[in-house]
Amino acid sequence: MSSLSILIVASLLLFCFISVLVGIWRLRWAYAVALAGMALALVAAGTGFYRVLADGELRYFLGGWPPPFGIEYVLDHLSAFMVVIIVFIGLIAVIYPPEAGLYHTPRRGISAYGLVLLLIAGLVGVVVTGDLFNLFVFLEIYSLASYALITMGGDKAVVASFRYLILGTIAGSFYLLGVGFIYFSTGTLNMADAARLLTPLYGSPTIMAAVALIVVGMGIKMALFPLHVWLPDAHSYAPPVVAAILAAIQIEVAAYVIVRMMLTIFQPQYFIDIMPITTIIGWVAAAGIIFGSVMAIAQKDFKRMLAYSTVAQVAYIGLGIGLANQLGMIGALLHILNHAFMKSCLFLVAGGIRYQTGLHKISQFAGLGRKMPLMMSAFTVAALSMVGIPPTAGFFSKWYLVLGGIEANNWVFVAVILASSLLTAVYFFRMIEKLFATPSGGDPAVEQAREPSARILTPIIILAIGIIVLGLINALIVSYVLQPVVALLP
Amino acid sequence: METVYSLKPLLAVLVSLVAVAFIVIPNQRPNVRESWTILAALAKFALVASMLPLILQGKSPAITLFAISPGISLALRVDYLGIIFGLSASFLWILTSFFSMGYVRSIPEHKQTRYFASFAICLSATMGIAFAANLFTLVIFYEILTIATYPLVIHRETPGAIFGGRKYLVYLLTGGVFLLFALALTYQLSGTVDFQAGGILPALTAKSSVIMLFTLFLLSFGVKSAIMPMHSWLPTAMVAPTPVSALLHAVAVVKAGVFGFARAIGFIIGPSMLHESGASGFLAALTAATILVASLIALRQDNLKARLAYSTVGHLSYIVLGLTLFSPSAWIGALLHIVNHAMMKITLFFCAGAIHVKTHCENVSQLNGIGRQMPLTMAAFAIASVGLAGIPPVNGFISKWYLVQGSYDAGQIVFVVILLLSGLLNAGYFFSIVVRAFFAPSDKFTRFDEASKLMIVPLVITAVLSLLMGIFPDRIPYFFQLASSAAQSVFGGGGL
Repeated sequence: MSSLSILIVASLLLFCFISVLVGIWRLRWAYAVALAGMALALVAAGTGFYRVLADGELRYFLGGWPPPFGIEYVLDHLSAFMVVIIVFIGLIAVIYPPEAGLYHTPRRGISAYGLVLLLIAGLVGVVVTGDLFNLFVFLEIYSLASYALITMGGDKAVVASFRYLILGTIAGSFYLLGVGFIYFSTGTLNMADAARLLTPLYGSPTIMAAVALIVVGMGIKMALFPLHVWLPDAHSYAPPVVAAILAAIQIEVAAYVIVRMMLTIFQPQYFIDIMPITTIIGWVAAAGIIFGSVMAIAQKDFKRMLAYSTVAQVAYIGLGIGLANQLGMIGALLHILNHAFMKSCLFLVAGGIRYQTGLHKISQFAGLGRKMPLMMSAFTVAALSMVGIPPTAGFFSKWYLVLGGIEANNWVFVAVILASSLLTAVYFFRMIEKLFATPSGGDPAVEQAREPSARILTPIIILAIGIIVLGLINALIVSYVLQPVVALLP
Repeated sequence: METVYSLKPLLAVLVSLVAVAFIVIPNQRPNVRESWTILAALAKFALVASMLPLILQGKSPAITLFAISPGISLALRVDYLGIIFGLSASFLWILTSFFSMGYVRSIPEHKQTRYFASFAICLSATMGIAFAANLFTLVIFYEILTIATYPLVIHRETPGAIFGGRKYLVYLLTGGVFLLFALALTYQLSGTVDFQAGGILPALTAKSSVIMLFTLFLLSFGVKSAIMPMHSWLPTAMVAPTPVSALLHAVAVVKAGVFGFARAIGFIIGPSMLHESGASGFLAALTAATILVASLIALRQDNLKARLAYSTVGHLSYIVLGLTLFSPSAWIGALLHIVNHAMMKITLFFCAGAIHVKTHCENVSQLNGIGRQMPLTMAAFAIASVGLAGIPPVNGFISKWYLVQGSYDAGQIVFVVILLLSGLLNAGYFFSIVVRAFFAPSDKFTRFDEASKLMIVPLVITAVLSLLMGIFPDRIPYFFQLASSAAQSVFGGGGL
């Protein structure tokens, strides 16, 4: 028994309310409160992670009601891993100064940071809960917070947010319907209990329908091609900090739900053999990797390019799940971590460029590399990691995915992973070339550009250093955190 | 070889990386900045050279750093093969550093800090490749080398340079992708990626798997080794400043590709398994074709650097051809040619750079009578040309001799003919320049006027060394012994 898991969620919710209230009085203080809340959550998440590694699973019964009657919160290797990523990226996003990160903050004293904390609380909640319905509640909490946050990107963002709201609600309903079917069949909502009760029901068409609904719903949430249509607009019009959170951790949480379904609530065999879910996810993801990469090449706007890149990158995670073996799943989970660092770094760079120069089109960036050497070096590290150049983190996700592909004898997937490295190289090196090798065309915005302030640079540099460190220590993460998670897989 | 723990391989890799931090310190005087480069180059060579006595005693300095993936460590280990590459690259870096100083100041080039910093990273990566104890470590440094060379290729920032850079990336990154595949397949086939003389594939590996793995190595290392039809990045990359072409495109980058072949054939697949699979015949044919075609193209190039580039393409295929043949002599010839070709080709590039700085001539047709103005430069050029044509007493003769002998041993008379024919073609495209320089009449070049000492001294040194290595192949510094020990370890099976 440990209350750490609920403590993270509860403290985030508490600080969310304090931040809103304080914001009415003094807007600047809302920022400080949010920072304090995230820092506290990170300490709790780190402690939880450490204790899970040392002692194994931590469980907490809400209100003292033991499962299956009460709601249970579980911190195991998988959820502790996810929580640390979510809270760390959340903290980085909150550190990033609001003037660069949230450019349409509403006036009249309402703090956007309340919403950011609510979003993070929802994401953490989805990951730590051991209850199927409670998961839906947190799913809606984070979704609602993200709809509101996206609208802060301006007029176009409102439309994008509305589209996302429609599709997001459909996705949520699919999930709820699926959970309803499971509840009708088993009479329980507790994950561990459901896992036990579901085994004899594997032949049941109701359960099959439930799984299909849940997977499709989560496919929408994680923007798995061809269910990605809401993502490019939402992520490119959202303010940089919001886009960083959405791309780096929010959609990955939907991937987490699929992994949790596959590994904990069902036996992996159900997703592999009884229903061909991993096969479908794998092939759809392979198509998504190519589609997202090609579309990213076609984009002229930096953030929009990043958004399509997210479609491709999240498909890597799907591909790893689809490989249905240990190495593939390790690749997928490692890529959740690596992509969180890379993509948030890139979106924060986009915010920094926009704040310093007002520019957002790649063609306008010529010569910026010499004006902002530190920020653009960080960008280069993140870009090289996206391409998969060792020893950056991105290389190692590909390494495990390729190993998994060879083990599964799936040469098409191997070819897709490798080809996508080259496509990614096209759109990132195009930008590196613009930044460093193309003389500026005399654009005053570029000529007067300066390196951003330390407050903008610090989170970006931390992420860039993190990308290299994660690459070098990936063996530790894989051996101590991920291998226990995937042990059930063939 | 007996393994002994040593920090030296790591220091040899790191020393130039540390120097980068000093090179990029803003607002320092150029002399101070360049002194960091020189210091790092000297320290690196001293570290590498200090390992030579151990190697000659049959001991192998090694260090294992940490696990980079479960079951695979980032590890360095210096063996006969590695020290050959390491010694030649680190020695030539010293000369190239001096040459670079003279070159960039005479032109004068822009963004020199980026230039020297990238150069230093490239050398770290090259040492990492030379001393990698397993394929994973090699791949990491190999990719770092690819990326660190890119700023040097686009250094001029002209449209031509940017085009060259793009082409470079397309070719090299594609090769890198195949290399990742090859790495993963090696791991899946043998459960390890540690280099071992004679190969690590299990004896029962299916023939089709061997062929597939070898094809992947061909598609990855073949790019950096510029085997046709994967060669065309190399002539295009000649837009880089001449010292870059000299060290990277004649020694470090391309030799990293060739070195990769040596590791893949001798230490992963194993020559006997490769020979049984029959896959090596295809590569041998490809390299033979490359040797001839590249030489023929070189004959037609008027641009001096382009001619040198195609000559490099041809000579790299000499080495790869030697490595594919199932014969220790061919291996000795190939490994010696790594060093000998480096020494000769860097001389030629230095000469081209000196000519460019002094006269702004880039084409062979403009060089009539230049020997009167720059006799030292052109004398060095002549020595290296003789060597590349395979004529004694220059070192190129020695390596070619073993290559020819190896082809004969392997029963491939056709390669003997090709090597001899290529020698004639080499003579054709190089001697015409020498003849033009010394005997053609000219009213432009009449006065003795050489480039600065910073440029002349390095090229004279490499020319003299080429000559000395031809006359005393095993005196300086034991390259023949190292090459034959390496070949023996690979063919002896299980390592010496």
